[in-house]
Amino acid sequence: MKAVQRYALRLERKKYLVRAWRKSRSLLSVADRTDAIRTGDVLCFCTLRNERPRLKYFLSYYRDRGVSHFLFVDNDSDDGSREYLAEQRDCSVWTTPDSYKRARFGADWMNRLLRLYGTGHWCLTVDPDEFLVYPFSDTRPIPALCDWLESSSIKSFGAMVLDMYPKGPITAQPCSDGQNPFEIACWFDAGNYMIQRNWTYGNLWIQGGPRARTFFAEKPERAPALNKIPLVRWQKGFAYASSTHMLLPRGLNLVFDEWGGEKTSGVLLHAKFLSTFVEKAAEEMVRRQHYAASAEYKAYHDGLTKDPDLWTRWSERYINWRQLEILGLMSKGNWA
Amino acid sequence: MSTLGFVMLCHTALHRAAQVARHWAERDCPMVIHVDRSVPRERFNDFRKSLSDLDNVRFCKRHRCDWGTWSLVKASQTASEMMLAEFPAVRHVYLASGSCLPLRPVDDLRAYLAARPMTDFIESVTIRDVDWTVGGLNEERFEYRFPWPWKTRRFLFDRYVELQRAVGYRRKLPEGITPHLGSQWWCLTRQTLSAILEDPRRKELEDFFRLVWIPDESYYQTLVRNYGRRIESRSLTLSKFDFQGKPHVFYDDHLHLLRRSDCFVARKIWPRANRLYRTFLSAEHTGDRMAEPAPGKIDRVFSKALERRTRGRSGLYMHSRYPNPGWENGITAAPYSVFHGFNDLFENFEAWLSRRLGSTVHGNLFAPRRVRFSGGADVHAGALSASASLRDYNPEAFLTNLIWNTRGERQVFMFGPQDNQRPGAFMANDDNAQISVITGAWAVRLFTSNRNFSDIRTEAAALQRREADFVETLRDRSRRADIRIWTLADFVEEPMENLQGILDAMEGAPVQRLTEAPRMVDLQGFPQFLQSLKNQGMNPFMVGDFPQEGYSGEPRSGDASRPYLVR
Repeated sequence: MKAVQRYALRLERKKYLVRAWRKSRSLLSVADRTDAIRTGDVLCFCTLRNERPRLKYFLSYYRDRGVSHFLFVDNDSDDGSREYLAEQRDCSVWTTPDSYKRARFGADWMNRLLRLYGTGHWCLTVDPDEFLVYPFSDTRPIPALCDWLESSSIKSFGAMVLDMYPKGPITAQPCSDGQNPFEIACWFDAGNYMIQRNWTYGNLWIQGGPRARTFFAEKPERAPALNKIPLVRWQKGFAYASSTHMLLPRGLNLVFDEWGGEKTSGVLLHAKFLSTFVEKAAEEMVRRQHYAASAEYKAYHDGLTKDPDLWTRWSERYINWRQLEILGLMSKGNWA
Repeated sequence: MSTLGFVMLCHTALHRAAQVARHWAERDCPMVIHVDRSVPRERFNDFRKSLSDLDNVRFCKRHRCDWGTWSLVKASQTASEMMLAEFPAVRHVYLASGSCLPLRPVDDLRAYLAARPMTDFIESVTIRDVDWTVGGLNEERFEYRFPWPWKTRRFLFDRYVELQRAVGYRRKLPEGITPHLGSQWWCLTRQTLSAILEDPRRKELEDFFRLVWIPDESYYQTLVRNYGRRIESRSLTLSKFDFQGKPHVFYDDHLHLLRRSDCFVARKIWPRANRLYRTFLSAEHTGDRMAEPAPGKIDRVFSKALERRTRGRSGLYMHSRYPNPGWENGITAAPYSVFHGFNDLFENFEAWLSRRLGSTVHGNLFAPRRVRFSGGADVHAGALSASASLRDYNPEAFLTNLIWNTRGERQVFMFGPQDNQRPGAFMANDDNAQISVITGAWAVRLFTSNRNFSDIRTEAAALQRREADFVETLRDRSRRADIRIWTLADFVEEPMENLQGILDAMEGAPVQRLTEAPRMVDLQGFPQFLQSLKNQGMNPFMVGDFPQEGYSGEPRSGDASRPYLVR
């Protein structure tokens, strides 16, 4: 990579940092418990809007796995999400009525909070419908993974988004408050993912899965990206460049091995295709706050109003992380 | 009888170290604990206080410890001297760290050592014979000077090594010393240990080892060769290193593995592995008291992990394995077969081949309109879609996914010049591919089609061009696939022998001879068709020299109803 390009990326990173500061001035603190954060704590950062039914399970999932503190940005919820989170003793909450889209889909807000509170910590940046599965996640908490990554001098941990869906129409089985969404949406596509390398930022660009298969078969280039880097040992000056798909400095994006080996990696189980999804898609059609002029939601909306059954006879039923490891959707690497 | 004493070096997770120290001390093992001086005074005092009720626990003078430097040896020397001086009954001194955990009752260890009263347990291998270290420096550890800590002064460290290499500097070994290396966790007898510590030349040797790289892996390991009477060159502490040379960490889910290993002490334990600490520090062992440590099973687990990290799984492309070209260790996961032109020449070739092989056979996977999976399915293994646009977005990924998803079941599919040609070069470079080609077979399909001749002529030209390109790719010298190419004219001369040859080369295919012949398209009038093409100025050269009189559609010998037998 030429020095000019490297310098351009540096400027770009600085731009994101300034932008994060600018866009975050509207963040209003609802509950600030960040003084409870201790050295070595694993923190979870999350942006949300109207996710009240999901929050109970989300919090318990990550608490069980050793996350010590949650930092939420609430984008103008009106379903009680903000109030619910503000009551939790391990949550700090900010709120903003500003445009999600103009904050680069929340990345600016996240970058700001990460810089202020995440520096020096292992930080997990996820959406409320993303659940991290990593090697040994049934027996070892996230801090065990972080300790190991740190002792191996690894700064970032990659995970692929795995879209989970129910068998039958999405609306058929509602998910109740606090219920594990994967009791309903327990199916996934095991092996239809396509990878390209992004040489500018050094990350992989992965597309595929049920979304590409059902909604984007005719326009595969528009299918959503599934590569994410949700877990990072944050340092001042780091910035998410596009959602959590890629980071700057670009060295953090090298979460894959180029020489034939496998690095340790995880999967983000994506509980998007639940009964609430249809309403969300309809709402987004009006709000148009999502990526690429909500093209994704438009495609969903068109697809879902017809017959929204993502299940096929080759769908795989989720069991545990070992199954994902055997299928080649994640890897233990040399963590044993 | 307190014949076994522990020297413990700690710097982090002091509460765990205290737990283990208490465990040993309460079981009548004197302890001398060295705490890194970088630990703040208050934390050290708390730690000390937590063990103050035990009268056989001592704390020695603290040194500041840096990984890979002399300070660690210094710490163990200070602590060992204290141990030998203050606990005269101690016969064996065991060097442990704060992240060690006893796996068997200390009585087992005592009995084991009592049965070998004069044996020193210390891994000690000569640098000449064995590559003990994982990567990095080996002999050079003793040849250069290493005054800078690698962890904190990497730049200086590297530059100084380069400088010494450049000027050809070599240190002189002290007399009577043969460098040995080994794990830094040992168990030495009083005699050996005191001989090392009371050596009249100790000053001179220390001066040498102070500038050796990672002296805690070589100081005792080298000197023990001069004084030890009986050396068992292995460590009683189970401690595994990964490919970066850092110790593997044990977690709660290793419980059964650790228990079955019969090792006395394991390192390192994750400080928050509550179940391990609870189990091994409370329950008394029920197994064979004199069992030999057997770390083999654990070795296998870790060497598998190492292989996964360095070699990975062949043919897998995923978000943490995306090899550069040439580094894949096999670009696909399993062998597969490609038949080019066969389903043009034979009727129902896929069905026949499927019966023959007893497995699924796909149609033209890269057909222009949709993926022709076997049975005409809309999705296949791994939820691969039959959509042509999805497949053509990344045809190589489509192919590698299919092969990966169906590991254990050989994939067989048809290919032809009308299909998407992009994966052609990929397959030609794949060791796992078996590609059989009948060139010019497209002419048979055109011959049987009901179309205007001018359209046929245009299409024939296009197909021939694509096929010629593909064959060119296959003939490239760097190709790695198992490739067979016939012209149509050559192939129809001996179709059964040729098919038999292909099936014989397939791994795992049934070995019996072909009995049922696939039905060839009736070629009556085909030579005239070819001649018409030629007359229109389109030379179907890929077909080969098809004789004017033609062949019969059925095998030449015998009548059509009799099964064809190859003798």
